Amino acid sequence: MKEKKDTRVVVGMSGGVDSSVAALLLKQQGYDVVGIFMKNWDDTDENGVCTATEDFDDVVRVCNQLDIPYYAVNFEKQYWDKVFQYFLDEYKAGRTPNPDVMCNKEIKFKAFLEHALSLGADYLATGHYAQVRKVGEQYQMLRGVDDNKDQTYFLNQLDQDVLSKVMFPLGHLPKKEVRNIAAENNLATAHKKDSTGICFIGERNFKEFLSEYLPAQPGKMKTLSGLEKGRHDGLMYYTIGQRQGLGIGGAGDPWFVVGKNLDENVLYVEQGFHNDYLYSDGLVATEMNWINDNPLTKPMDCTAKFRYRQNDSKVTVTPISNDKVEVTFHEPERAITPGQAVVLYEGEVCLGGGTIDDIIKNKTFIDYVG
Amino acid sequence: MQPIYLDHAATTPVHPEVIQDMVPVLEEVYGNPSSVHHFGRKARQILDECRRIAANSIGANEKDIVFTSGGTEADNLALIGVARANQHKGKHIITSSIEHHAVLHAAEYLEKNGFHVTYLPVTENGKVRVQDLESALTDETILVSIMAVNNETGMKQPIKEIGNAVRDHQAYFHTDAVQAYGMIDLDVNELEVDLLSVSSHKIYGPKGVGFLYVREGLNIESSQHGGQQERKRRPGTENVAGIKGFIRAIELVEQEKKDRANTYQTYKDQFISILKKEGIDFTVNGDIQQLMPSILNISFPGTNVESLLVNFDLSGIAASSGSACTAGSVEPSHVLSAMYGAENDRTVNSIRFSFGLANDETNVQEAALRVASIVKRLVK
Repeated sequence: MKEKKDTRVVVGMSGGVDSSVAALLLKQQGYDVVGIFMKNWDDTDENGVCTATEDFDDVVRVCNQLDIPYYAVNFEKQYWDKVFQYFLDEYKAGRTPNPDVMCNKEIKFKAFLEHALSLGADYLATGHYAQVRKVGEQYQMLRGVDDNKDQTYFLNQLDQDVLSKVMFPLGHLPKKEVRNIAAENNLATAHKKDSTGICFIGERNFKEFLSEYLPAQPGKMKTLSGLEKGRHDGLMYYTIGQRQGLGIGGAGDPWFVVGKNLDENVLYVEQGFHNDYLYSDGLVATEMNWINDNPLTKPMDCTAKFRYRQNDSKVTVTPISNDKVEVTFHEPERAITPGQAVVLYEGEVCLGGGTIDDIIKNKTFIDYVG
Repeated sequence: MQPIYLDHAATTPVHPEVIQDMVPVLEEVYGNPSSVHHFGRKARQILDECRRIAANSIGANEKDIVFTSGGTEADNLALIGVARANQHKGKHIITSSIEHHAVLHAAEYLEKNGFHVTYLPVTENGKVRVQDLESALTDETILVSIMAVNNETGMKQPIKEIGNAVRDHQAYFHTDAVQAYGMIDLDVNELEVDLLSVSSHKIYGPKGVGFLYVREGLNIESSQHGGQQERKRRPGTENVAGIKGFIRAIELVEQEKKDRANTYQTYKDQFISILKKEGIDFTVNGDIQQLMPSILNISFPGTNVESLLVNFDLSGIAASSGSACTAGSVEPSHVLSAMYGAENDRTVNSIRFSFGLANDETNVQEAALRVASIVKRLVK
């Protein structure tokens, strides 16, 4: 085993407080730490300032405080090909993609990891709230201890090879503690606001952003029984379970998106948060990844998340093929959304996850979700 | 691991004799050169001396030297100052696609302000063609700006021929000599140059000092407004200690120019021969017969600049690539794009090594070996 001072750890630094503290902790532990900023998207704000330049500037300031070397690497092309194209394709197909999952799979823990290794790194570290534990010859990925920040949902596509080379120095810390550490050490990013939303959209209006890349086709809003309720701006702007932005007034319960018909360009809406059409009792997931590299062979009970920051639900998972499973809910679930990730857990251990492809109710596929 | 500096084209270490000359000025000569008292005169003497020495080094008159904060300011003052003061004669400017950004971005600024700019192409060797310049000249042309030596490749440009071509034209001729100065002989009369930019920190002087040569009678408009310094062409209290250091840097480079050039050529030859011996696949960008001795720009097929530079740095080799960075990542070089086309791999796998006083034969050989081992590792 190498000594820490001879163990090179490349830290993926975004210019935010989390990755800054990750670098600080590794440096304090005595590793040979190198900070690298990834530029995945070319964006200029209304004042002509490149947002990545501002973030890189923060990386530079923190690395200079820590006295570690810092560099940048450009993955704009890979990001465009592997993440953004997927993002657009999913919207075109009427689904709700999860670009963060794809970015972790294809960019951060693939292209970026390879780059780090080409620089002689022994490990890649990030500021994600997750933990890696080695049990025998197996690497397990555990939830971050801060329930509210746990990011294993986005990391569900990692495998044994990746986990053997990854460190998550913040996984055992609550977010509040991370902020405290940053403040105590006067890190330049200690009081920087957390970024929100999808990285390439940032603070911008989502609808406006998407309309720059995909033609919007306005159409009719109908109930499932065929009653016209108004017009929609383009199916891609809506997601299952959405209430905002429908513009349907009148008496009674509020209206919600319950489905889409791509062929007829119709958005299905129904009344009431607990409308029965929003509920289902199972799903089929594709691109299923098992973190222990061993695909499921027989049905198993565990818990699942169908979106980020949701409580776990009890499910039974049945294998269909190596990368395809059926997930049956023990209680009906509301607003399961095709394109989003379903991630499985056994206690604190994240088992892996897949992409929600079909939704099941009363043992048949629901055809109105798109 | 001992770090080895191979980035003298970016900046140079300050020569010990330069520092020695500067310290007493910082300690004792604190007067304002514009003041009418003893303290002011002591400072003014330093400016006069530097002006004389700088002028002599390029065959100019001392009144034609305008001190600036460095090369970027000298280039900006040349382009924008000439354009503004001469726009009644025409609004056309000619430069090349391989200039330093101090020239290119000043030209783009002028374009936004109503001037027309022609960017001359270059040959695959990175050289401006005089006939391209001749056919670009119009009755509207007021300024031609072509660098003396390219900072990325080290390619010498046909300055004398360009000076000759512009002689009977109303256009003034500016040359950015920031890389060339101190490496090759420059005489403003022989080269028929009207404006010439020089920077102190490229010749082992301090940062924050440079000069623009402006031929007598040529009208330029100042970008700054304030006092009477530099005959109003560049108001602002002068950097006296820096200018004192600049004097010694110029004197040293004038004395040692030939020896330094020969030494750097030896380093370059050794560097290349070690890469060959190690079996590295590489090509030199530019025509090796027409390169300045201190600069060597090499393409390593099958690699990329981002990996190369970081690996070099992590093993103690300081080199560089391209000249522009956005958010710290390396953009393809505009110079190599102009030479080979934007899609050519050379624009993303080339590194500039530049030799200088921080080198000796031992560390150049050591550097070549480290470079070879990194390239071998990345290519396989």
